[in-house]
Amino acid sequence: MSTQARPLNRVRPLSERVIEVLLLAAASVGVLTTIGIVGVLAFETFEFFREISPVEFFTGTFWSASIRPFAWGILPLVTGTLLVAFIALIFAIPLGLLSAVLLAEYASPRLRNVVKPVLETIAGIPTIVLGFFAINFVTPNLLKPIFQDDIGTFSALAGGIVVGLLITPLIASISEDAMSAVPRGMREGAYAMGATKWEVVRKVVFPAAISGIMASIILAMSRAIGETMAVVLAVGTNPQLTLDPRESIQTMTAFIVQISLGDTSQGSVQFKALFAVAAVLFTTTLALNLISNRIVSRFRTAY
Amino acid sequence: MTATTATPGTTARDRFEPALMRRKLTGTFFYGACIGAIGILFFALLMLLYDVLSRGLPWLDPDFISGVPSRRPERAGILPALIGSLQIGVIVGILTFPTGVAAAIYLSEYAKDNRLNRALRTNISNLSGVPSVIYGIFGLAIFVRALGFGFTLMAGALTLTLLILPVVIIASLEALKAVPDSQREGAYALGASRWQMVRGTLMPAAAPGIMTGIILAMARAIGETAPLILVGAFTFVTFLPNPIEGGYTVLPIQVYQWAGRPQPDFQGISAAAIIVLLVLMLVLNALALIVRIRLSRHIQW
Amino acid sequence: MNVESPDAPVRASSSGGVGPAIRIAAAGERRGTEDTERQTVIELQDLSCYYGAFRAVRNVSLEVRKQRITALIGPSGCGKSTLIRTINRMNDLVPSYRTEGKLFLDGQDLYGSGVDPVAVRRRVGMVFQKPNPFPKTVWENVAFGPKINGYKGDLNELVERSLRRAALWDDVKDKLKQSGMALSGGQQQRLCIARTIAVDPEVILMDEPCSSLDPRSTLQIEELMAELKKEYTIVIVTHNMQQAARASDTTIFMTMGEDRAGYVVEQGETVGIFTNPQNQLTEDYVSGRFG
Repeated sequence: MSTQARPLNRVRPLSERVIEVLLLAAASVGVLTTIGIVGVLAFETFEFFREISPVEFFTGTFWSASIRPFAWGILPLVTGTLLVAFIALIFAIPLGLLSAVLLAEYASPRLRNVVKPVLETIAGIPTIVLGFFAINFVTPNLLKPIFQDDIGTFSALAGGIVVGLLITPLIASISEDAMSAVPRGMREGAYAMGATKWEVVRKVVFPAAISGIMASIILAMSRAIGETMAVVLAVGTNPQLTLDPRESIQTMTAFIVQISLGDTSQGSVQFKALFAVAAVLFTTTLALNLISNRIVSRFRTAY
Repeated sequence: MTATTATPGTTARDRFEPALMRRKLTGTFFYGACIGAIGILFFALLMLLYDVLSRGLPWLDPDFISGVPSRRPERAGILPALIGSLQIGVIVGILTFPTGVAAAIYLSEYAKDNRLNRALRTNISNLSGVPSVIYGIFGLAIFVRALGFGFTLMAGALTLTLLILPVVIIASLEALKAVPDSQREGAYALGASRWQMVRGTLMPAAAPGIMTGIILAMARAIGETAPLILVGAFTFVTFLPNPIEGGYTVLPIQVYQWAGRPQPDFQGISAAAIIVLLVLMLVLNALALIVRIRLSRHIQW
Repeated sequence: MNVESPDAPVRASSSGGVGPAIRIAAAGERRGTEDTERQTVIELQDLSCYYGAFRAVRNVSLEVRKQRITALIGPSGCGKSTLIRTINRMNDLVPSYRTEGKLFLDGQDLYGSGVDPVAVRRRVGMVFQKPNPFPKTVWENVAFGPKINGYKGDLNELVERSLRRAALWDDVKDKLKQSGMALSGGQQQRLCIARTIAVDPEVILMDEPCSSLDPRSTLQIEELMAELKKEYTIVIVTHNMQQAARASDTTIFMTMGEDRAGYVVEQGETVGIFTNPQNQLTEDYVSGRFG
């Protein structure tokens, strides 16, 4: 009688349920992708290890995938990757942290409006453009004058410098967030004792934000390890076990690109090597990302 | 006074040596270092732009844009690459928009805040950190091979969609989070169901952030090279690409191909292609800004 | 009691633009042919509200009479908002929330099995403490509710009627296409009231609707409430005792007990509560000794 016109026992219409299922399906794409990536890499790597012994793969010091005699020791690629990443970090950490300090502690709104766009622009440059910059500017105008004949057209240093440029905004923005999150009260306590601005930064803000800063560095390292196009032009295709930045080397990512540009047939061992190297790359970057996340979640709950 | 062991005539205060001058100098020095760091970055950016522009501008003319690649630099053009980039950008945008936004809506509004939800979010966060080559390899195995798309532009677009999907989801989640709960409650109080609230109130309110995120993700997709190399984008394409037939190229790959040749002329047209690519990305960024401003004209929170 | 659905044209607006800003139908028009024998619209029986293991409201029994203004007063944190949000099942949005006891609207248990909260909220509207208009035009704000509830009639007419009833029409009639968020605070709240009555609820819940408004807007809203009660039942949570004293017919006084759960101390005609409270706590509160 009184409630007939507007009953309270409305049954959830079918359309609502359908919508929820569709939304869930969309959210599952992420899970499927992860499972897919892990599955594909694992499967092909396993196939690779049926032909090539894992011991040789992980401990061998010679890598030759296209030129006979073949050799499947991944260490040269790994050291090549790490060398480039290391050089990149040597440049990016000071530049990034100083920029972060500037943004978090010193910058007036006007300065911010200059600095932030510069960082964001650098972060948005397509990586192939950075590779172009490496071979057309960095090597001839920066490296050649300094090293003269000790450095060739390809070098780990050239790649490392531009990758360093690439990851600097990453370190800068995450570290700035971490520093800005330090409560004002902490700073004011130090000021009240007569500390100079720099001392407050160095002794209070920096240590308080250290986990965020470390997380940013680890994340930047992961990015540098996974970087492809910025290095593929600049470092060459010469996998060798060396720590000399002036040498031409090959990174894991560059190898992957090299193989796919060539004529490799599907079942060939080169093709499977592609997946094996990719698996190492994936595992390394994933591990670094997880570590970085762990550190970040710890610092978020600190205050 | 609190001095107990001081000699008569001095106070506790005298036992401090503030050395204020020196400390302040140190501070100024490090401030200078901060400015210097920004200066170096700014300089690097400037040098990059100068290098690209000085090499590329002489080669940039209407023939270049409307021509096709050639063995001779002076005859080379980027039309196939430009069309390829535009096609891929559009397809990727069309594919990521519903999927990414739907996933974000589910995670933000429908899923209870429990272990599953957090696991899904962590998963997406991890995916956003996976190197782009890995997506290329995945695309090769699944889209090119298993699903039989072959080396087509469609396979490339699908691969790039997976690559930028985590980015779009994260940006959409941020946009949804920025809408205050009072808006949701206002809709519920009028008798809206959850989907009615989402569609009628939440999405319009989050639209500026979401659309900006998608356009920027499209810009990022257009700048990607490695994954497309992996799924078979050719490097020498003289015809205009078709999404479902084989053979296509995009601007970054054309840049790569030409940059790999030692002759300065090829470096020149490579730089010209870079200029076109950067202009394209600039246009997209400007579009994102315009869209954001237009869509948030009613919003004041 | 005959309650009409939003699809049926409910009132005829014959003012033609001239006349008082508020055009409310005469008392007999709305309810149709059946009489209004049931005076109680909302009844709570021994209702307790829990957030997880924490009991926020303890054993509340009260009645809300039809077409009256009932004020819910008490010190902060005593569960007034929790209680009012239970009535329109707004607290369902909080995952750990649950109730014990019964809550009836027109004799139907709102928390019974099979009852859909969405349907409840169509009949029990809510105006919030801080005005929350949507970032849409004024017109779209008011039309939002009817549209999602499947209104089949003339939306323009419904929008105008609702805005007139909310004493806002004259202010916005030339600005229907402007953003609802561009209005002043008092106007925004009246906009929220307009959109609430556009879906034709039986009850309007108001959670401290004037606490973020200036005194002049507050007075306007109170005058509006006096008009609105001719058609709707109003329950208002308020911190402002003077407001409760001057604007309401019935007052319910709640406070927080030792166990931090809210409970009803006293309820009755407003005049009685304020001039002759039965309970010592009530007298202490209304005379300002605590809260």
